Amino acid sequence: MMAWTKKDILDIESLRANEIELILETAVGMYEISERPVKKVPALRGKTIVLFFVEPSTRTRISFDIAAKRLSADCVSISASSSSIVKGETLMDTAKNLEAMNPDIIVVRHSSAGAPHFLARNLKACVINAGDGMHAHPTQALLDMLTVKRKFGRIRDVNISIIGDISHSRVARSDIAGFTKMGAVVTVCGPPTMIPVGIETLGALVAPNMDEAVSNADVVMMLRIQKERQKDMLFPSEREYAALYGLTAKRLRLLRPDAVIMHPGPMNRGVEIAPEVADGPQTVILDQVTNGVAVRMALFYLLSGGRHNADMD
Amino acid sequence: MRIWIKNGRVIDPGRFEGVADILIENGQIAELIPEGEKNNSPKAAEYNQDRVINARNLLVVPGLIDMHVHLREPGQEYKETIETGTMAAAAGGFTAVCCMPNTQPANDCAQVTRFIAEKACKCGHAAVYPVGAMTMGLKGKLLAEYGDMKEAGAIAVSDDGHPVADSQVMRRALEYARGIGLPVISHCEEASLSCGVMNEGPVSTKMGLAGIPNAAESIMVMRDIALCALTKSSLHIAHVSTRESIDALRAAKKKGILVTAETAPHYFTITDESVFGYNTHAKMNPPLRNSQDLKAVRKGLADGTIDVIATDHAPHSVMEKQIEFDLAANGITGLETALPLGLALVSDGVLTLTALIEKMAVNPAKIIGLSRKITPGAPADLTIIDREEKFTYIATNGYSKSKNSPFDGWEFTGRAAYTISGGRITYERMNTVDG
Repeated sequence: MMAWTKKDILDIESLRANEIELILETAVGMYEISERPVKKVPALRGKTIVLFFVEPSTRTRISFDIAAKRLSADCVSISASSSSIVKGETLMDTAKNLEAMNPDIIVVRHSSAGAPHFLARNLKACVINAGDGMHAHPTQALLDMLTVKRKFGRIRDVNISIIGDISHSRVARSDIAGFTKMGAVVTVCGPPTMIPVGIETLGALVAPNMDEAVSNADVVMMLRIQKERQKDMLFPSEREYAALYGLTAKRLRLLRPDAVIMHPGPMNRGVEIAPEVADGPQTVILDQVTNGVAVRMALFYLLSGGRHNADMD
Repeated sequence: MRIWIKNGRVIDPGRFEGVADILIENGQIAELIPEGEKNNSPKAAEYNQDRVINARNLLVVPGLIDMHVHLREPGQEYKETIETGTMAAAAGGFTAVCCMPNTQPANDCAQVTRFIAEKACKCGHAAVYPVGAMTMGLKGKLLAEYGDMKEAGAIAVSDDGHPVADSQVMRRALEYARGIGLPVISHCEEASLSCGVMNEGPVSTKMGLAGIPNAAESIMVMRDIALCALTKSSLHIAHVSTRESIDALRAAKKKGILVTAETAPHYFTITDESVFGYNTHAKMNPPLRNSQDLKAVRKGLADGTIDVIATDHAPHSVMEKQIEFDLAANGITGLETALPLGLALVSDGVLTLTALIEKMAVNPAKIIGLSRKITPGAPADLTIIDREEKFTYIATNGYSKSKNSPFDGWEFTGRAAYTISGGRITYERMNTVDG
């Protein structure tokens, strides 16, 4: 078994394929813990994890929090409104203050792309990127890959279609990087206002329309449409968006029977996904959430030298 | 002070090229004595100099002028002052700089212009030519008093950093400036298209940073060329970075429109790939573009479409750069690296030495209404260049108060050995041994 050597999880690009495999394998081993009546193991006892969320988040923060607690780490959470950032402290100063308290792992979410990289360069603690601006959301990509792997038994050659605002989506960027690295075929689709320049250089194909994007897919990943983007003139109305790029009940019939529907959440029912589709048998959206805890447990475990300890036993 | 510069290789574009001695007296060139004519020069024999500079194997050229710098004084002295900025200029081989009006308060009236000019006289290490604001408070609405500012020392007007959105204001500024006899320097940027933090392209897509398309610049370049043709005024386009802008300028010049343009060394040296790693020292406006644009900038320099190399020296403190990329300030320092980067263009075969000197001395002088020549009676503004010296540029050892350079740690060949501004030696390399 290979040894884990990375200090930080900043983006998918900086992970090798065999490292991704190790994370996913380790995550599979974590499921069982979450299903026990007493959902706790002592693996990270005495470790301190700081959840440093400069940008608001509920789901991702709770997922990291639960993951930390199931491994017995001491986990503290700082959000933007409670942190000294509102008092004008720079990111560097906040980070150095956190460092002075000797945490083992800092999980950071920040509205500026590159903020976790900046912290990783300046801190001794391990840094996990929980989403930075429009750049990356590596733990989401890892949980998406785990979901696909558990559904199809493999990632290689699976056709993944990602639909929506690719331009502003860190989930899309990390999913494209991760799935293509693991041999899947990734196609994106959305109004051209939402497809960034040079997306093909990231390894993604661009489908000309929604019907084409969904009909060949094994996985249809619907991205959340942020309503405030209407102001940026990325689309004229939610009504037209739903008709052209939404996953409607009618369009669901184009899907292969064994295809699955994913969504990183939170969903806008009636916009990018029709309610009956969201609740239908092909969705694996709640599996993604469950897998998120397992993946984050795996990352905490690996970054804390868990693999190393296990080998010593 | 009398200075005798001996045996330098003199390049005075269009007038003289060859080995010669230069005598300086009372702030002026007293004599240029080509090698072989020394015996015929009675003046050289009886010249009672205070200082002899042995310039054998060195280039002696008309004093370099950087027509686009930000000296930050008054108002932001923690980034740069007139004293530190002009010291950086002198160390970089510049004998004069034109400073942009986005100080605090903005240089939009004669009092501020005069303050800058007087401060520069008192503690400057280079001649400082203030650029007055085109509009009051750089707000793009009301014209500033160009006549008053010219009287106080302004040599051009510009709203640099704050593109003038209103075409009617731009038209009136061009017309009015023509009456006063000042050129207008335009920072071309369509703000509504320019809501990003780096060049738009595969790199911005990969990094998840909002992009600024080339069109944000070229649309305004094209507008301003049209207004220049309409008003027949003298227009200079600042820091050109895109291939489309260069195409537009080339076509305009072909039609005989009186437009000139500058680019900055970073646009012909590095691309948006320098941003990888969220390097805030590669963040500036206009942003670093891609390799096709870099090639177009070099071609524009080579074929004369771009008249001037200016640095857009924009010092910022650590507080504004060691932060999140999208919050970091735009701009890099440039005074101490421009000449080595320009000389690299000569080594790459893009420009001849003569053409480089034209773009860094002769042409900027022409645009702001000065002359740069090495003839008796001309002001003694000279840059003496060691073409061979290899060195590593270390930003923290520089003279600028700020250290925000993407070229920190770069190896260069060639730099200023002596800078002489107004007959005064404003800079000399410590390890240079005089004969």
